[in-house]
This record gives sequence, structure tokens and C-alpha cells, in this order.
Amino acid sequence: MAATKKEPVVIEGAGPFNAPIGGLLTWVDQRFPLMSQWKDHMSEYYAPKNFNFWYYFGSLAMVVLVLQIVTGIFLVMHYKPSAADAFASVEYIMRDVPGGWLIRYLHSTGASAFFIVIYLHMFRGLMYGSYRAPRELIWIFGMMIYLALMAEAFFGYLLPWGQMSFWGAQVIINLFDALPIIGPDLSTWIRGDFVVSDATLNRFFAFHVIAIPLAILGLVAAHILALHEVGSNNPDGIEIKQNKNAQGIPVDGIAFFPYYVVKDALGVVVFAIVFCAILFFAPEMGGYFLEYNNFIPADSLKTPPHIAPVWYFTPYYSILRAVNENFMWVLRAGVVGYAMLILFTARGCLPKLLAAMVAPVILIAMGVIEAKVWGVVLMGVASMIFFLMPWLDKSPVKSIRYKGKLSRWAMTIFVVIFLTLGYYGTQSVTDMGTLISQVGTLIYFAFFLLMPWYTQMEQTLPVPDRLTT
Amino acid sequence: MIKTHLRKLLVAMLLFPALSFGAGDHVHLDHAPINAGDTASLQRGAALFVNYCLNCHSANYMRYNRLKDIGLNDKEILDNLVFSGGKVGDLMKNAMDAGEAKVWFGAQPPDLTVIARSRASEAGSGADWLYTYLRTFYRDASRPTGWNNTTFPNVGMPHALWELQGEQEMKAQQVQGDGHKKTVDSPVLVKPGKLSGLEYDRAVADLVNYMVYMGEPGAKSRKSIGLFVLIFLCLLFPLVYALKKNFWKDVH
Repeated sequence: MAATKKEPVVIEGAGPFNAPIGGLLTWVDQRFPLMSQWKDHMSEYYAPKNFNFWYYFGSLAMVVLVLQIVTGIFLVMHYKPSAADAFASVEYIMRDVPGGWLIRYLHSTGASAFFIVIYLHMFRGLMYGSYRAPRELIWIFGMMIYLALMAEAFFGYLLPWGQMSFWGAQVIINLFDALPIIGPDLSTWIRGDFVVSDATLNRFFAFHVIAIPLAILGLVAAHILALHEVGSNNPDGIEIKQNKNAQGIPVDGIAFFPYYVVKDALGVVVFAIVFCAILFFAPEMGGYFLEYNNFIPADSLKTPPHIAPVWYFTPYYSILRAVNENFMWVLRAGVVGYAMLILFTARGCLPKLLAAMVAPVILIAMGVIEAKVWGVVLMGVASMIFFLMPWLDKSPVKSIRYKGKLSRWAMTIFVVIFLTLGYYGTQSVTDMGTLISQVGTLIYFAFFLLMPWYTQMEQTLPVPDRLTT
Repeated sequence: MIKTHLRKLLVAMLLFPALSFGAGDHVHLDHAPINAGDTASLQRGAALFVNYCLNCHSANYMRYNRLKDIGLNDKEILDNLVFSGGKVGDLMKNAMDAGEAKVWFGAQPPDLTVIARSRASEAGSGADWLYTYLRTFYRDASRPTGWNNTTFPNVGMPHALWELQGEQEMKAQQVQGDGHKKTVDSPVLVKPGKLSGLEYDRAVADLVNYMVYMGEPGAKSRKSIGLFVLIFLCLLFPLVYALKKNFWKDVH
């Protein structure tokens, strides 16, 4: 069968190489959708021209993902996934493997950098309504990447086999222990042993180097395909595709290649400066990126006095610790209040029916199941509630620029609360810390659960027809 | 409008953590007077380490010949630092049986390779902790070893450097408190050792300097490479910035 007939690829600007390169690309293009893909995703993918600071973090997340995979491959060449050798093999990498310290610090700093970049990327989406129709699936794929990333970080953190690795994993796996009926069996099944051990380390290694990275790569592909199907949002929250010129190109759009490729390259250089400053001069980042206790080999007989997860999990860890017996009464009141709110103010029968049926079930369950479990439940819900954003936000406008005062204040308070919860998650338990975490937990959930109301109540600003700067 | 919001946000962020200050109770740590660039101090520290620490503790991840970093050659290392006829490429293991050690001291003496990194905390660096710890042993007849320590209460380790420091005992002392004098118990030298107080402090500083080096032997080259990387990136930035400006000049 003959190759597909397509127009020859014409290359300019490569001087004497124009003809051979063009010939090679033509040969490939007749056998593979090379030029059409290039156009769809790069040279004729039109992105809004007013991307600001917050739009660097998508491409940076991609850069960090590649960095983690490449450094990860080299670490696996020297790392030994066994309880007897793991700690020593990490020190072997740090000392005896040529350039090993650099690879290891790139990977450990990269892990924290990944979360910084992803949190800023998510915040951009929250600010400009990037989750609103028609971008719900982009958001959902993104959230799945975020959850996969947390799993990846959790599994990876056990591998150095230090005290924090061991006891962090022990604490998190023990959370499943609290589940009724299946709890103890489930946590034993996850560990593969009655305590965190060699078996646990081996399976975490498998998840960390194969299973989760594969899932992340697939999800990233889906995330970008969905993005390129509907087009990028922008700080104004306007659909640029509604305003096209005679050639069918959005008037406010510019081609991703070369414009955003060179702009993102600039972002990568600035990111690299900050990243390298930390990597080369403060790789432990004051105990936040590499915890001091993790330089002590894992010891199942010595519980550290203060077990703290790495910083990127601490907002959720605070929520977990906030739930105690007293706080359960606040939660019960919250469930009743929220059901009332829906019953009296929601439009349509379905929400009211759901509220009337679900609230009593939750209240009964709260009476039967102990507080510890609800801490786990709340922690899980807190990390996953972002999934609902496309349906919680009822504002007539997408971007925070044109939303009313209530939304702006809600967003501001949410950011403060998220950081505050994060801070208290790194500290040992105090009465004041617990109280603040409890108030923070309530505000955290109120931001999401009350969103359908406050986004509709407020006066929004007029949205322009064309992009502003 | 966004800007005023951000400002309020920053103020709020600064206020929140203030509520929990004063929560932790940390021992006071003395600042360790160490200098990673002082090769002579590192060499003295290495000698102290192999003579006084390596009998009970190990440094299982550190090789003797890595000490070329601190200005020694293979022959000097073999002649002065490697005992029991080992090879220069050997790891700094010790001969003590782990089980016996546990019987003698109540716990197996920890490996010291990365001890300086693990002892860092909010109270101070790992070096500060080690520097304070090694100077706060005192005589305590109630302990099995006859020694106790104010930085690490009821520690299993006896005072390995007592020959050098001498013996301290807990004594009530008047010290200047917050505006008024107060009485606290603190270790006081009662029987001098081979070294004077100042000499002992210097010896401990050398030892701690070495242990910090051993925690991450590559730290020095990490910083010098980092400097070149940052200079390169800072030179790259204006080029990429000009490239972006040039491509974007037709976007309005």
C-alpha cells in the first residue's frame, strides 16, 4: 500500500538543510500524523494573549514532572528497596555514586517544588474559574493528577527508610485501622505485615516507580487533550473562540508556538534560579523539604516524640487532628444547619429530597462511628471536595476579576485558612493549635459548601467583550 | 482591589502563627563555633573522632579515603586514622558487638555518619546540639555509667571525653535572669582534665566541625557548583528575556 498522499513539508531558515529536513519530515508525515499534531497542539493552537504570572505554573508542572521521572530513573539504578539496605543505599548515593548527591537533591527538592507549582496552578484555576463549563473535565483530570501526586509523594516518602518515613507511613496506614469492621484487616492488607516492614517498603517502591507514575502520565495526557479540545481560559474568563476573524482564528488568541513557548521558557529560567538556589544552598529547607528526623534510620521500637508529615500534606493533617469528640457536636450542628439551608432556600425538589434523606443518615452514622474515623473522612473529603467546584460555583461570571465582594473575601479567607491549617499541621498539638485548626476546618468547608449561595447573592461586575490586560 | 486583598492576606498570615509562640520547651543550645573551611580543625576533629568515638559508635556510610577532602593523603589516613589494619577504602565500621553494646549501655550506640544532620531542630543546628551535648556531661551516681547530661537527660552514653574535660558536678549557681538574679543548677568543673576549659571547648568544636563535614562530605562542592549554576542561569535570563520580547513585539 502506498503512503498517505499529503502536501510535502516545507522547511525554511535552515539554509542548505532545508531540502533534506523537509524531505525527512515529509516521509514521516506520510506515515504518522506529524504535522497535523504539531499544528493542533503547537503552531495553530490559539491561546488567549493576556496570560499573566499565574499561567506559568502549568508548563512548570510539566518541567518538574520530567525532572522527577529522569532523576527517579537514575536513583532506582542505585537504590536498594529493602528494609536492611534502603537507608544505607541512600547515603551510598549521597557519597559514593558520582553526581549522586545532585540527582538525589534534584529529586527531593523536586518533590516539594512539584507541590508548590501544583498548588499555585490550582489556585489560578480557582481564581479565574478555569473549572467552569466547558472545562469541567480538564478540572477533573487535574484533580485526579493532584490525588495521584499525593499518593506518589506518600509512597516515595517511605523509601529513604528514615524515622519520619517509617512513622509517617505507620500513622497514615493506621488511619484505615479506624474504619469499622474491615479496618484492621484492611490496614494489614495494605502493609503486607502487622507493622510497616520490608514487605511494605517493597510494595510502596512498586507503586512509587511504576504504578502511580504511569497513572500520572496518562492523566496528564488526558488533561492536555481536554484543554486543547476546548481551549484555554484566561484571567478575564472570556471565551476567545466567540470572537474570530475571517480566517477562523480567535482575534484575542496567539499561537502557542512560538509565543507561549518562548514565554514559558522565560518562566522555566526564573523557576530554575529559585529551584537551584534551594537545591544547592538549602536542600533541607530548614527541615521542611528533608525532615531532620529522617536522617535517623527507621526503628520500629522508637516512636519519635513529634510525627509531622511533609509540609504539602499538613493542611489536611490539621483537619484530621481537629476532629475530636467535642468537635463532633459542632459537626452535627453543621450537618443540621446545612440541611436546613438546603431545605429552605434551594430551588427544585431533588436537592431538598437529598438533604432530607442524607442528613439523618450522616447524623446516625456520627452517633455510631467514633470521632477518629470522622477525622479520616473529613481529611479525605477536604482533599477531594475540589472535584465539585464546577457545580458549586453558580456565579454568572467566571473570573474573580468580575465576581462580587463576597467571592473575593471568600477566596482571600480560604487562602489564609489553607496556609494556617498548613502551619499548624507542622506543629505539635497544643490547645490553641487545635482550636484554630477546628475553626479553620469549619471555614475550609464553608468556602466550598456555601459557594452556591454566596456566588448567586452578590452583585457581579460587567464582563468586557474583549480581553483586557 | 486585588492588591489591597493581598495586603490584608499577608497581614493575616503574619498574625496567625504568633498565637502559638511560646508553645515549645527547648533546651538552650550554645552556638557551635565551627568553620567548614578550616582544614586543620577538620583534621584534628577526625583524629578525635577515630580515637574517642569510633570505639563504640560506627560511621557506617563514611569511607576513610573520603578524608582526602580535608587535605589528607592515603598514607596519612592509613598511618594515623585507620586502626586494626583495615584498608583505606573501608567504611568506618567499629568492632563492638551490637548485642553486647545493648547490654552495656542499655541501647546500641547510634551510627554517627549523619548524626549532625539528624540533630538539627528549631532550637538550633545539629552542630549546636552536639557542641552543647559534649560539654554538658556531669557526675551522677544514680546513673549506671555514673554520668548524666543536661542536654540529653539520662543518656546511656558515659562521658567519653572525660580525660580531656575533667569531671563536672551539678551545683546551684546564681545567674543573671530577666532583670533579677536567680538560682539554677548547672554543671561545674570540679576535677580538671588534661585540657583547660577553653582548650576543651576548642577540641569539641573541632570534633563537631568534623562530624558536620562527615554528615555531608559533598557540601562544599555542592555550594561551589551551585554558585556557577546560578551565575549561568542569571546570564541566561536576559538572553531568554530578549528572545521573548523579540517574538512578542508584534502582539498588542
